[in-house]
Amino acid sequence: MSSVLYDTPGPRAKRRNVLFTVVFAVLLLLLLWWVWLKMDEKELWASAQWKPFTESQAWTTYLLPGLADTLKAAALAMVIALPLGAVFGITRLSDHRWVRGASGTVVEFFRAIPVLLLMLFANELYARYTDVGSEERPLYAVVTGLVLYNSAVLAEVVKAGILALPKGQTEAAYAIGLRKGQTMSSVLLPQAVTAMLPAIVSQLVVIVKDTALGGVMIGFTELLNSRGTLAANYANQIPSFIVVAIMFIVLNFILTSFASWLERRLRRSKRSTGAVLGAEDIDDLNAAEVGGAHGTGAVGKT
Amino acid sequence: MFDFLEGYDVLGAFWMTVKLTALSAVGSLIWGTLLAAMRVSPVPLMRGFGTAYVNIVRNIPLTVIILFCSLGLADVFGVTMGSEDFKIQGFRLAVLGLVAYTAAFVCEALRSGMNTVPLGQAEAARAIGLSFTQTLWLVVLPQAFRSVIGPLANVLIALTKNTTVAAAIGVAEAAYLMKTMIENEAQTLLIGAVFAFGFVVLTLPTGLILGWLSKRLAVKR
Repeated sequence: MSSVLYDTPGPRAKRRNVLFTVVFAVLLLLLLWWVWLKMDEKELWASAQWKPFTESQAWTTYLLPGLADTLKAAALAMVIALPLGAVFGITRLSDHRWVRGASGTVVEFFRAIPVLLLMLFANELYARYTDVGSEERPLYAVVTGLVLYNSAVLAEVVKAGILALPKGQTEAAYAIGLRKGQTMSSVLLPQAVTAMLPAIVSQLVVIVKDTALGGVMIGFTELLNSRGTLAANYANQIPSFIVVAIMFIVLNFILTSFASWLERRLRRSKRSTGAVLGAEDIDDLNAAEVGGAHGTGAVGKT
Repeated sequence: MFDFLEGYDVLGAFWMTVKLTALSAVGSLIWGTLLAAMRVSPVPLMRGFGTAYVNIVRNIPLTVIILFCSLGLADVFGVTMGSEDFKIQGFRLAVLGLVAYTAAFVCEALRSGMNTVPLGQAEAARAIGLSFTQTLWLVVLPQAFRSVIGPLANVLIALTKNTTVAAAIGVAEAAYLMKTMIENEAQTLLIGAVFAFGFVVLTLPTGLILGWLSKRLAVKR
């Protein structure tokens, strides 16, 4: 795109580009300089602020257990949400109107509700009506909230994945005498899951980010929450934020890269049908797309 | 049946949600457009900045950003956002965080919209002597905007839901009130239903109206 909007620069355009570069660089440097000065003023460059991160104690007591909890909640949520999402995705394509309608309502409902509300609600519900201990309750609540929301999103992904398969596959399956359930479980679903893999991996990024909600609001001891304890202990508010942000960025960057690697690999492989749902498609799905106003990129209208 | 609602300003809390959404939507639209323009500009430094910004901000949880605005920017750096009042300050910091976060998604949506504009149009625009800014502003962006109303609607709906994160720094919006009510009242299920209904009411019309608009305004090719 960028090369289309402008020509190969001539002498004047080159001079202008250099000018813009210089102006922009100066502005950026001014901003950085201001941040540096402010941090210097608050003595944030003092070694006491950063030293904890060079020692193992801050990591073994706060950051790594926090990271472990984040990953645990994300993994649990994914493992539970995936089969649920598959069930909802398949029932959304059911031949029976009431099944289709019921699962459609459930999916649209949970996509319209903020995850935070689901977590708060689940937390209170567990506190009142179950005997889950107060130690485990935050984890339960976080996972419940994440599962409800993400199984709804994954249902849409599964639906899109199945619809993206060539129609001939279903016809061929019927032709060799498979029943409806067999067609779904042994022909359509395995292929759809392969096509969905990149989208599923990139949904993990959303889940990892959402675990942080439980940290602030219901006291789940994930990474962001342990950052608070760490900052209270070493009195290094800003440095701890920076370190935790970098941890999140690295973790999610690895997931994103893995997803796009997977996508490239699947697109290349000869065995697939060529239908791949990438990370781009799931960005569209994440918000509650009410009424199916537009297609999902890989597939057309249902 | 709904007498537990007495003594709570539910409408006020949702009004706060709406205000947060509207202000952040306008802010992130402006900042996101600027970022998108940077990402396609002929100046490599600006492109680099845009790319770095989007990739970094998208991978940080919104909760971290909003909490940083309150605990980092306000408490340590002393950014007051032009108000001494704790409540107003919290509101403005929440908007700042939401804008910073949402703009990255607006930028990506716009950039994908620019890709739908045929190459020939930009070439024709340059052929009649339009500059980069003119090409972008007069030819590419208007069409890009029309084709990304759908994705932008999704960003807006996600933003509406994301405003609940502002509860983490004490902004009295819907999620904050729900937390308070759920702790004090016995009708957990009913309270949950009321707030869920509120969000459905907020997001459903947005999705329907913008979905209809996106179909109507899409450039037919």
